[in-house]
Amino acid sequence: MTLDAVLDIVAAVCLISGALLSLAAGVALVRFPDLLTRMHAAAKPQVLGLLLVLVGCALRLRTGVDITTLVLVGIFQLATAPVAAHMIGRAGYPHEEIRTDLLLTDELAAHLDRLAGERDEVRA
Amino acid sequence: MTPAEPVDPPNPPLSRSARHRNQIIAMTGLVTVWVLLWGTLSWANVISGLVVAAILIAVFPLPPVTFAGRIHPLGMLRFWRRFLSDLVVASAQIAWLALRPRHVPRSAIIAVPLRVNTDLNLTLTAEALTLVPGSLILEADRTTGTLFVHVIGVNSRDEVEQFRRSVYDLEARIIEAVGSADELRRVRTAGYPNPLAHLEGEPT
Repeated sequence: MTLDAVLDIVAAVCLISGALLSLAAGVALVRFPDLLTRMHAAAKPQVLGLLLVLVGCALRLRTGVDITTLVLVGIFQLATAPVAAHMIGRAGYPHEEIRTDLLLTDELAAHLDRLAGERDEVRA
Repeated sequence: MTPAEPVDPPNPPLSRSARHRNQIIAMTGLVTVWVLLWGTLSWANVISGLVVAAILIAVFPLPPVTFAGRIHPLGMLRFWRRFLSDLVVASAQIAWLALRPRHVPRSAIIAVPLRVNTDLNLTLTAEALTLVPGSLILEADRTTGTLFVHVIGVNSRDEVEQFRRSVYDLEARIIEAVGSADELRRVRTAGYPNPLAHLEGEPT
């Protein structure tokens, strides 16, 4: 088997597993109970799925110009996915879409209550 | 509920040399992105990249981020190895939770006061947290250096405490990779702080 054939097989495996992970992320988006658990699905399997697709593409294309662009896509995905999750989580946090009955503990609520209490003291 | 009011940054203003150092790091990063976008390393690309980077830095000055440490290659290698395997485990975990029939995952929101309260450490830890198994960053409090983390797939208080310790382990790995000597000492000697003592105390 030539090196090209081996690289093609590895690329195919990467592409398929990346696609399957993205599918799993999609299923998770539908099946998870609330906003915050869904953000987990958007952050983890989706990022790894994309990275695998990028690796698959890089192995198949094998040209420097294309690979550098793919590297950039990967870096920005890693850097921005957590920020997006943070922004959505923070914007949606005290909201009825979040199932508090499934939470074991909520230390952010306590923290926000304390901050609000301090503001009231300052005003009084 | 209204978000917390903005507070003064905990960082002191940067010295001239530190600002210079930050600019050099930003320039290097921007030029690298530029060259990667063009895809070929040539003098024309590097020089045009330098020009674009200089304009960007002059027009959009970066907020002062103190980078007091230095890069430790071995710690960096260890961090990335663990991070990539964590990313695979995290994806598998979420995929399994998604496909598992008749199961509603329980979760928790925990506060983790970090031991090293710098903007850089807060940012890096929050970014990495979102991509490792089980956790998602919800809110970061700069004044106390506290991260509020949403944890998926926990079933008991014990597991929550175990998870809190794993966040501290992640922070330690990041500090081992990019921390200064002082920060390294703090992480190594502090152990796992007691979160309740922190939460009951007055925020500074």
